[in-house]
Amino acid sequence: MTTPDTQKQGQAPLVAHDSIDGEIAILNLGPTHPATHGVFQNVLKVDGERILEAEPTIGYIHRAFEKLAERRPYNQITPITDRLNYCSSPINNMGWHMTVEKLAGIELPKRVEYMRVIIMELSRIADHLICNSVIGVDTGALTGFTYMFQERELIYEMFEEVCGARLTTNIGRVGGFERDFSDAFKYKLDEFLKGFSARFEEFDGLLTRNRIFMDRVIKAGPISAERALNYGFTGPNLRAAGVDYDVRVMNPYSSYEDFEFDIPIGQDGDTFDRFVVRQQEIRESLKIIRQALDNMPAGKHFTDVPDFYLPPKDEVYRSMEALIYHFKIVMGETPIPAGEVYHAVEGGNGELGYYLISDGGRTPYRLHFRRPCFIYYQAYPEMIKGSMLSDAVLTMSSMNVIAGELDA
Amino acid sequence: MSNQEMLAQTALEVLGDKALSSHSPYGLLTVEVPAEGIVETVRSLVEHPVLRMGFLTDLCAVHYPDDPGREIAVVYHLHSLPNNFRLRLKAFLPIANPAIDTMTPLFSAANWMERETYDFYGVQFTGHPDLRRILNVDHMDYFPLRKEYALEDETRDDKDDRFFGR
Repeated sequence: MTTPDTQKQGQAPLVAHDSIDGEIAILNLGPTHPATHGVFQNVLKVDGERILEAEPTIGYIHRAFEKLAERRPYNQITPITDRLNYCSSPINNMGWHMTVEKLAGIELPKRVEYMRVIIMELSRIADHLICNSVIGVDTGALTGFTYMFQERELIYEMFEEVCGARLTTNIGRVGGFERDFSDAFKYKLDEFLKGFSARFEEFDGLLTRNRIFMDRVIKAGPISAERALNYGFTGPNLRAAGVDYDVRVMNPYSSYEDFEFDIPIGQDGDTFDRFVVRQQEIRESLKIIRQALDNMPAGKHFTDVPDFYLPPKDEVYRSMEALIYHFKIVMGETPIPAGEVYHAVEGGNGELGYYLISDGGRTPYRLHFRRPCFIYYQAYPEMIKGSMLSDAVLTMSSMNVIAGELDA
Repeated sequence: MSNQEMLAQTALEVLGDKALSSHSPYGLLTVEVPAEGIVETVRSLVEHPVLRMGFLTDLCAVHYPDDPGREIAVVYHLHSLPNNFRLRLKAFLPIANPAIDTMTPLFSAANWMERETYDFYGVQFTGHPDLRRILNVDHMDYFPLRKEYALEDETRDDKDDRFFGR
């Protein structure tokens, strides 16, 4: 058996500053490892528990979404977007609908935009809840996770009321929602808003000012604002480093300019800051949902775009025109202008962008997803260099890297 | 003139004769620039005291097989966070030799984006520190997002455009 060559030719040997015997080992973290929360591999060069170098390998669940999209009509691309960041699928769906609406020049009624805001903020809460409670799990605090998963379950039940699905939602359509918010949804949302805050604050009290937790996560995997910007960080990770960039505020979409909310920012860009920024964002999201509910305009849950919005099924059976539109939409025959458009939404973990080029055909000529975690995950080796192995696990979970989005 | 229009004007002035053509589809200034000296072109935008386009939002490629000599377009989305001004740059490359300088000296973020672009389109980013495939398997011998690779079986014609009157 040969020992792995841990040293490149002509380079000074790597040794940790507190090395005992200078012996370097290679450790595979992943691709299947309970601490990686997804399928990705890191080849770590370790000296004892100290990480000297890390090399991430990604692409284990690459599904060629960009190629698939070139063969699919516009409404059939929505299910693909579900599978990007599957912790907050509705945001991806809405982002895609808005991209097509921008390309086709469709204006939406305020009511649809407010409904979308409610759904998007609910999924942001679900996304952040998973990420933050998993940070707890990785520090050994499983309790908060089990409680917050119940809350996530409540949110998924609400999605189920709106679109029938839970995780891969395929929610809404180009032009609006498939149906108006039902009474069951309104009841569930009401109950959620009544009870969630208290349970969430209990979870917050369990971790945020917990001395053991703080000692564990403060200064773990830090990144400076300057490096974060250079690495293309967006979302809570960038805000934790102290940059107040939020797409919802900088380039408001879906009437976000109507709502009053703050952008929480951190200072050191470490695991603790990322955790606290997400916690605060959950509170801000609740604020937005309450405002949207209170000021919900009257009107329809869709706009009059028969070329994109499926007619009601009973009308398809009775009316010639509805049947034609139904057939054309289902067969992917929607008139779409040629052009190119970039639309970005604030996803659960950063700026989720859709770069769409249309040549006027039934499918996009080119569709590129700007996946936030694909771009910021490349900073991971730099962030964990010199830290302990257990901090590397924490850093990864606090970055909210979602394999589905990473590998597209 | 709005602030955004002024910034667009400034960007075009900074680019000078590097701006081969420009238009603003859906309000996003899109400029075609030569592939040679792309790093210096972008650097002039990054280091400009007013523009400060210091954020690389996205980098990808597009394949136009019917445009001989300029089949591959490399598209850069830049964002000036202080001004909230976005800009799209396009550089066209011939498919026979799709080579362009790497953006990694300016943006660390370009590293994986360029690896992805290489992986799918075969664009050679000169000077890239580690130009390997990233999402596909290492031994793949073609660039799958190029248009000559149809997604579905060539023998299948039930989804052919001619059945839809095109």
